Amino acid sequence: MSSQDIPEENLPAAQDHPHGSVSVADEETPFADPGMPPHEHRAQDIDERAAKRSERAVALLFTISMLATLGFIASYVTIPHDKSIFVFPIGHISALNFALGLTLGVALFCIGAGAVHWARTLMSDVEMVAERHPIAADPATRAQVFEDFHQGAAESGIGRRKLIRNTMFGALALVPLSGVMLLRDLGPLPHSSLRHTLWAKGKLLVNVNTNEPLRPEDVAVGSLTFAKPEGLEETDEDFQNEIAKAALMIVRLLPEDIKDKQELAWSHEGIVAFSKICTHVGCPISLYEQQTHHVLCPCHQSTFDLSDGARVIFGPAGHALPQLRIGVNDEGYLEALGDFAEPVGPAFWERG
Amino acid sequence: MKKLSARRRHPLAAVVVLLLALAATGGLYAAFAPAGKAQADETSQSLTIKEGQKLYEVGCASCHGTGGQGSSDGPSLVGVGAAAVDFQVGTGRMPASSSQMAQIPAKKPIYTQAQIDQLAAYVASLGAGPNVPTKEQYSKEGADIAKGGELFRTNCAQCHNFTGKGGALTKGKYAPSLEDVAPKHIYEAMQTGPQNMPSFPDTTMTEKNKKDIIAYLNAVNSSETENPGGLELGGLGPVSEGLFAWIFGLGALIAVAVWVAARTAKAKKS
Repeated sequence: MSSQDIPEENLPAAQDHPHGSVSVADEETPFADPGMPPHEHRAQDIDERAAKRSERAVALLFTISMLATLGFIASYVTIPHDKSIFVFPIGHISALNFALGLTLGVALFCIGAGAVHWARTLMSDVEMVAERHPIAADPATRAQVFEDFHQGAAESGIGRRKLIRNTMFGALALVPLSGVMLLRDLGPLPHSSLRHTLWAKGKLLVNVNTNEPLRPEDVAVGSLTFAKPEGLEETDEDFQNEIAKAALMIVRLLPEDIKDKQELAWSHEGIVAFSKICTHVGCPISLYEQQTHHVLCPCHQSTFDLSDGARVIFGPAGHALPQLRIGVNDEGYLEALGDFAEPVGPAFWERG
Repeated sequence: MKKLSARRRHPLAAVVVLLLALAATGGLYAAFAPAGKAQADETSQSLTIKEGQKLYEVGCASCHGTGGQGSSDGPSLVGVGAAAVDFQVGTGRMPASSSQMAQIPAKKPIYTQAQIDQLAAYVASLGAGPNVPTKEQYSKEGADIAKGGELFRTNCAQCHNFTGKGGALTKGKYAPSLEDVAPKHIYEAMQTGPQNMPSFPDTTMTEKNKKDIIAYLNAVNSSETENPGGLELGGLGPVSEGLFAWIFGLGALIAVAVWVAARTAKAKKS
């Protein structure tokens, strides 16, 4: 760009003076308002060819966006969903996902980039001053509003026709009750369901891997097995709710390794059954270390010692994992000798 | 007896005697030949055990005791079975450099497979335990990958992560990544429960279950795995993915915004 092409008055030097009013210092405003700094022009303001270039750039960005959108539609239609391509540095990736993401990304980015470039180079960038005005309306307007209000109240007869007024208040007061009634859907209250699980006297312990009831000889020392109560199937409507309370973790310890007397009494030949639900916030907990007999919760690192009544030895959990009392029935299968003696899972308000 | 004696000159008598003699010879052969073969097998087996014992006395006895009875530095090996030896030595965990580590890591195995087999035979002779699985037991032929995924998430994912990337345990212990671990070793680990891993014996997790789990791992976490999502970022789920999006995604947006605002559009650069 050479400066000869530019009209004299458009050159930055010709306009190099402050515009806007400049107030003079007086007693109330001891510091003079310096006013707006001199406006500086952009290349596009003083050179029509630069402006044309910007215009073309913005149009190009919008055009790229249009092409990218067409590319998105074309990719969606043509690329098979199971085709895989190699893209550095992402590695092997689904061709369809990559094409859709790339084209949609380019389409959106170019709209944004075009708009920003347009605003920065071609839209007016002359500084403007807008004075703030006081929030309160002037006294005449306020008086008018009050007068209108009183007149409206008198014309509607709200003070005179008390029947209408009172029934209206009644209607307005009752309407929100519909919303309050709907809050009932948050229920029903759990009642005693938090305190009971499906385990009951005589229920067999069913191995979740094989769906077969467990025998004591199936459970080896150092092994880990998960069980569900007999009769609970994955196809049951309430399976998730029930297994969330009844999930059971079975390990076998050497009876002489069991330090807690009650744990020993509730075990069968060293086989102990504990709730799989962490007593902190209810994560499924089964990171069992067979040499230390510790169980770690993956959520907040609560650690329980299965050789000592599942006592909490680390972490935020508040109480030991509930133990299920087990025995063997006449046919030689492991069975529960009742429900858990305490609520499983995290504490709740009325747990006690 | 008299009747028989009376017919000894019968024309068919010679044929009957011949048939009886043939049957007796065949029967005797049938009775003795396999026994001879078994004896030969036993000799080669006892040779293998002898070789294994020599290797054991040099490489293992200092911690596990001269008869595999264990010591303060290493557990008893009586009854751990050949599968445990094949896993521990085959993955290089044994021999360990120290028993004081939180967990003994996998490293390059220092014994050949033939030597490992001899060691395994010796340790198996100390007490009955699980055998090394056959190829048929851990090959992915005929396995149900979807069922394997279900079983893996129920039994294994709590420690090893849902695609077998591994994870932390207490006091420096960890569940190792299962990426590209040999199917045989995965099978043996489930069977024997090495170190702090609980075991999953055939009585509670059937052979078919184990096969399915191995096929699932092969499908989601091996060098053969197709990964349609591209960068897996450690396969740790929302933690690493969120971190990546916050740092690189938002970072790029901030960088662009700063770049746009830092450049002046004025003709006269100041």
